[in-house]
Amino acid sequence: MSPLLSIERLSVAIGGVTLLDDISLSLDRGQILGLVGESGSGKSLTALTVTGLLPLIGGRIASGRILFDGTDLASLGPAGLRKLRGGRIGFVMQNPMTALDPVQRIGEQIDVVSRLHLGLSGEAARARTLDLMGQLRIPEAAAVAEAYPHQLSGGMKQRIVIAMALAGEPDLIVADEPTTALDVTVQAQIIQILTGLVRERGLALLLITHDMGVVAQACDRVAVLYAGRVAEERAVDPLFERPAHPYAAALIGCIPREGMAEGSLKGIAGSVPPATQFPPGCRFHPRCPHAVDICRTERPLLRETPDGGLVACHLAERIAG
Amino acid sequence: MLAYAIRRILMLVPVFLAVSVVIFLILHFIPGDPIDNLLKVGAPPEQRAEMMARYGLDRPLPVQYAIWLGKLLTGDLGTAIVARRPVADLIGQALPHSLLLGGLALAFSTVVGVTLGVVAALNKDRFLDRAIMGGVLFGSTLPSFWLGLLLILVFAVGLGWFPVSGARTWSSLVLPVLTIGLGGTALVARITRVSMVDIAAKDFVLLLHAKGLSPMRIQIRHVLRHALIPVVTILALRIGWILGGAVTVEVVFARPGLGTLLIKALSQHDYPVVQASLLMLAMAVMLGTLLGDLLQAAMDPRVRGALS
Repeated sequence: MSPLLSIERLSVAIGGVTLLDDISLSLDRGQILGLVGESGSGKSLTALTVTGLLPLIGGRIASGRILFDGTDLASLGPAGLRKLRGGRIGFVMQNPMTALDPVQRIGEQIDVVSRLHLGLSGEAARARTLDLMGQLRIPEAAAVAEAYPHQLSGGMKQRIVIAMALAGEPDLIVADEPTTALDVTVQAQIIQILTGLVRERGLALLLITHDMGVVAQACDRVAVLYAGRVAEERAVDPLFERPAHPYAAALIGCIPREGMAEGSLKGIAGSVPPATQFPPGCRFHPRCPHAVDICRTERPLLRETPDGGLVACHLAERIAG
Repeated sequence: MLAYAIRRILMLVPVFLAVSVVIFLILHFIPGDPIDNLLKVGAPPEQRAEMMARYGLDRPLPVQYAIWLGKLLTGDLGTAIVARRPVADLIGQALPHSLLLGGLALAFSTVVGVTLGVVAALNKDRFLDRAIMGGVLFGSTLPSFWLGLLLILVFAVGLGWFPVSGARTWSSLVLPVLTIGLGGTALVARITRVSMVDIAAKDFVLLLHAKGLSPMRIQIRHVLRHALIPVVTILALRIGWILGGAVTVEVVFARPGLGTLLIKALSQHDYPVVQASLLMLAMAVMLGTLLGDLLQAAMDPRVRGALS
């Protein structure tokens, strides 16, 4: 059987600039795929593309395709995409503080999803909303449903956003940095809620984050993006034990660990270049400590690793070995 | 919300007093007085002094103000010195004409302005948007008295569709309403478009799309709903402005109304009439501001939240 979500050799452009270059990923029910990388690596753009929101920000699919449950998203018209969005694909945004309509009551904002996608009546939709809010451990759901967004905390708002994503009975949830804007104490709760949904309901979760700690804690597989390309795609444990791509290794090196000597926490020098200035060859080479001549001229293709992952680095065997 | 409304109304009291002082004093700084209009040229000074005493104009200004304010608070606007009629009658005759004209002009600029703004926003950066915004920019640069004359020239004198002046028929309202309303239309259209485009780029709108709502529903039920908050505030502020703007337009179209009354009284230095007319205009501005604040609180729960 084909996976629930399959991104095949996808390239995305905004204006004349290609921002995602030949990306392939797949995700099945009951799985959590982490998408990591620094700002500018193309994570959020991937999320918007998968949810069919690309045209809203003026982007288009330049080549490749996205299959959702066997259907090519490009073959669906706007109406078909709308049915999918909020219905079978739920979306959780990065900043819950700005994700809700400030002048509409919380309950109505959740109700509309099940009314639209499940065809529920007003009363049934509200009952479902309150039920979902209860499942997400939102206290006094009935009172919260009558509240306006500004009356709730950030963590509570993110639960509301998750409730909205769940209201249409989705198969896939795309969460774009769902914890970045929240307090550390609340971050863990939100990640627990999301992973719980995958385990209990068999949802698929595309979890976009730049927090390698969250990846280690929650994901089954990880795709590391750099400058619009997949650098490495592997199961979580081997990736953290023996990262094959220098960029993946550098990201993991940025996680603080117990017993680390003071001052030994690493960063990665430099930043992701803007899309108009991507360098030739391996796009990471200007920041790579291992770079040799071939990295500067030739694009590294994705190759299989012995444990069934993929890596795009000329020197992968040498570094991992 | 009710407490807020009461507080806002109480805040108008000192504003009202300050405005009344300015309105009372401002006329006395203009050379000449109403008695000039009542006396023949070369009348003896005794006759003049007697007239001044009859209308209380010989007393010190603070005393005159206190008497005027005291009467005002009991609803007595005084008697017109030159026109020799109760001021309340004059205002009572003029005000309905001005309110009708101003109200229709406000309704026109709201309906047409919001519609144009929405159409422009929905077609952002396309031909229709540029055409509407270009036309609106042109319209907003025309002074109303000049636009009034132009409309008269084309539609009344040239085409003969509407009367040149007066207020005898409903059709005589068309040109004055257009004259006042067109300027407001430009403003409303621009604010509607700008705030719709601004709101449409917000995160929560992206999430509405992600929920699968149709673009039209998102634009009208959410984006426009937000965009109308500043529009309503501006419109409420314009209530006073439109009545004030009607002053020149009423004169251009020779219509009865507060403006015509004010201009005539001003030229005759008829203090009580000028004072009462100006007070009406000032109160319209104050009430408009109050209405704007209350509507904003009614439309935006965040504003209400900040109040309590």
